[in-house]
Amino acid sequence: MSSAAPPEAAVAATDQNSLASIARARWDAFKGGDVGSVPVIVGIVAITIFFTVKTNIFFTAVNFSNLIGQMAGVTVIAVGVVFVLLIGEIDLSIGYVSGIASVVVAEFQVAGSSHDYPGLVAIAIAILVGAVIGAAQGSIIAFLGVPSFVVTLAGLLICQGMIIYLLGTQGVIGIQDKQVNDVANYVLTKNTGWIVAIVFTAILTAGAIGSYLSRRRAGLPTGNVLLTIGRVVLYGGLMFAAVAVCNHSRGVPLVGLIFVFVVAVFSYLASRTTFGRHVYAVGGNAEAARRAGINVKLIRILCFVISGACAGLGGVILASRLNSVDLTFGGGTLLLDAISAAVIGGVSLFGGRGRVSGALFGGLIIGMISNGTDLVGSADWVKYVTTGVILLAAVTLDTVARRRQVAAGR
Amino acid sequence: MATTPATTALELREVHKSFGSVQALRGVDFEVRDGEVMALVGDNGAGKSTLIKCVAGIYSIDSGQILFDGKPVSISGPKDAAKLGIEVVYQDLALCDNLDVVQNMFLGREERDPLFRLREAPMEQRTTETLASLSVTTIRSVRQPVATLSGGQRQSVAVARAVMWNNRVVFLDEPTAALGVAQTRQVLDLVKRLGEQGLAVVLVSHNLSDVFEVADRITVLRLGRNVRVYDKSATSQQEIVEAITFGTQAAEEPA
Repeated sequence: MSSAAPPEAAVAATDQNSLASIARARWDAFKGGDVGSVPVIVGIVAITIFFTVKTNIFFTAVNFSNLIGQMAGVTVIAVGVVFVLLIGEIDLSIGYVSGIASVVVAEFQVAGSSHDYPGLVAIAIAILVGAVIGAAQGSIIAFLGVPSFVVTLAGLLICQGMIIYLLGTQGVIGIQDKQVNDVANYVLTKNTGWIVAIVFTAILTAGAIGSYLSRRRAGLPTGNVLLTIGRVVLYGGLMFAAVAVCNHSRGVPLVGLIFVFVVAVFSYLASRTTFGRHVYAVGGNAEAARRAGINVKLIRILCFVISGACAGLGGVILASRLNSVDLTFGGGTLLLDAISAAVIGGVSLFGGRGRVSGALFGGLIIGMISNGTDLVGSADWVKYVTTGVILLAAVTLDTVARRRQVAAGR
Repeated sequence: MATTPATTALELREVHKSFGSVQALRGVDFEVRDGEVMALVGDNGAGKSTLIKCVAGIYSIDSGQILFDGKPVSISGPKDAAKLGIEVVYQDLALCDNLDVVQNMFLGREERDPLFRLREAPMEQRTTETLASLSVTTIRSVRQPVATLSGGQRQSVAVARAVMWNNRVVFLDEPTAALGVAQTRQVLDLVKRLGEQGLAVVLVSHNLSDVFEVADRITVLRLGRNVRVYDKSATSQQEIVEAITFGTQAAEEPA
C-alpha cells in the first residue's frame, strides 16, 4: 500500500521466476479448482499400464500406429466441439454432419458419374458442406435465440434423414479415389517423419524464444527459463518419440499428422488471436463481451461453423479409413465419443474454460479404451461402461472445479 | 480538497427524458469538472440511473443539451460516449470471470499485430502500469483469472479499465454496494486518486458516509429534478438526507 511501487514490482518480477514460487502458484491454482492437465495425464498413464499388463500387444509400435488411425476421426470432430463448448453451447449434430460429409466426399469421387471430381476437391466440398450446416444452425441459435440443444438435435435428425436419402436403396458407396483413400491410409516415409518432428520442434522453440524476448523487452516477468526449456524439450521429445515408434513399424500415418496439425492450428486460433480471446469472453460472460463491443452473434456463428467444418473433416477421415460409406456412418457412439473427448480433455460444459489440446488428450483416452478393450477381447458392454464412467468422472471433476473456483473468488 | 478552478468537463442543461407517461428526468442540470469527484445522490426513482444511461448513450434525451468541454454534443449510442471519453462502470462490473486481469482490461480492444496475433507483452505491461498508477497493489498477478479476485479487487479492475483508455469522465454506479469494510476502503481510495489525477469522476451512491468521504460536491436529485448542488465543506449529512427525502424549502413540491 506504499507509493514505492517500482521497487516492489521489481522484487515481485524476480520472485515470480523462481521454480519454488511457480510451483506454489500452480499448487494454489490446483487447490482453487484449476486442476489443469493432471487428471488427463494420470488417466493416460493408468490406462496404458492397465492394458499393457492385460495384453502384450497393446504397448507395441504396430498398435501405436493403429491407435493413431482409430482416434483420428473422433479427435478432429472433438476439436470443433471444444469451440462450441467454450461459448457455453452444445452441438449434437456433429455425428451425422460428419456422416453427411462422408457421403458427400464419396459421392463426389464416384468414377464415371457427372460429378467425378479429383479427391482433394471432393474433400474440400465435404468440409464446406459441414461448415455450411454449422453456419445455418449457428445463425438460428445466434439470431433467433433458440437453444442450441434443440437446434442441433433437430440438425441431428435432419442430417440422419439426409444420409438415408442420399445413400438411397443401394446403401453403400465405395471409394476408389486415391487421394481420398490416402487421407487415412497413407504412411509417410521414415525420413519425412523425422523432418516433421524436426519442423515441429523448431516451431515450438521459435515460439518459446519469441515470447521470452518480447516479454523481456517489455520488462515483464519471463517465467523460469529452465521450465520453458523443459517444456520445449518435453513436447519436442514426445514428438520425436512418437515418430520413432511409428517408424519402428510402418512409419508415421498421414492422418496422425493431419490431426496434430488441426489441433495445433485451432489451438493457436483459440489462445493467440483476438478471435479466440473473444470466444472465451463470450463463454465467460456474454453480456460483458457485448458491452466491450464484441460481436457476440458473429462469434457464436463462427464457433458453429468451426464445429461443422471439423465434423466434415472427421467424416472424410472416417470414410477414407473404410474406403467406403454406408448407412451406419455418423451414428453409433461417434457423437458421444467426440463430446466425451472434449470434456475428458478438460473443456468445461459451462463455457469459457478448457483448451483445444484437450480434444487431443481426450481423443487419446477414448481411443485407448476402445483399442485396448478390443485387444483384450472384452465384450462391448465393457467399453461402454468404462467410457461412461470416465466421462462421468470428467464432468464431475469439472463441476467440482467450477464450484471451488467460485468459492475461491469470494 | 484542493479544487483548482477547473474547466467543466461535462454539463447537462434542462435535460428531459420520459418513458411513455413516466417522466424520469424533468429538466435536470448537472455538471462535473476536471479533477473533482461529484457525487450524485437521490432516492429510488430520482433519475440517477436514467441520467447515467443518457450520458452513456443507452437512452437518447428528449430535450435539453449535453455539453462536453463546453461544446454541445449529441450522444446517440455507447460508441459516441466512448469516443468522447465518457466511461461508465456499472454495478455488475461486466468482467469475464474466466479471463485474467490483462484480458479483461483489454477486452474488445486487444492489441494485435497485422497477422491478428495478440500482442500479450505490451498489454500486460500497460495493465501493470495502469494498476500501479492507481496504487492498486493487492493484486498479486495480472495473469490470474478475475474469478480468483476479491470484490474490491474486481471493482479496482473495472475502474482501472475505465481509466486506462484515457477517459475524461468516469461514472461509477454504486461501486461499494456489495463490498466489505476493507474492500470499500480500497475502492474509495481509488476514487479519490482518480480525482487527483485530473479525471472528472461521478460517484453514484446511496451510502452518504462514502459520499462525504470522497466527494468534493454533491448533486441531489429528487423525482427527476435538481434539488441543489452542495459543496461538501458547506453542508452536513443531515442536510443532504433532508434534501433527498423532502427537497429544500426552495423546492416547490412539499412532501
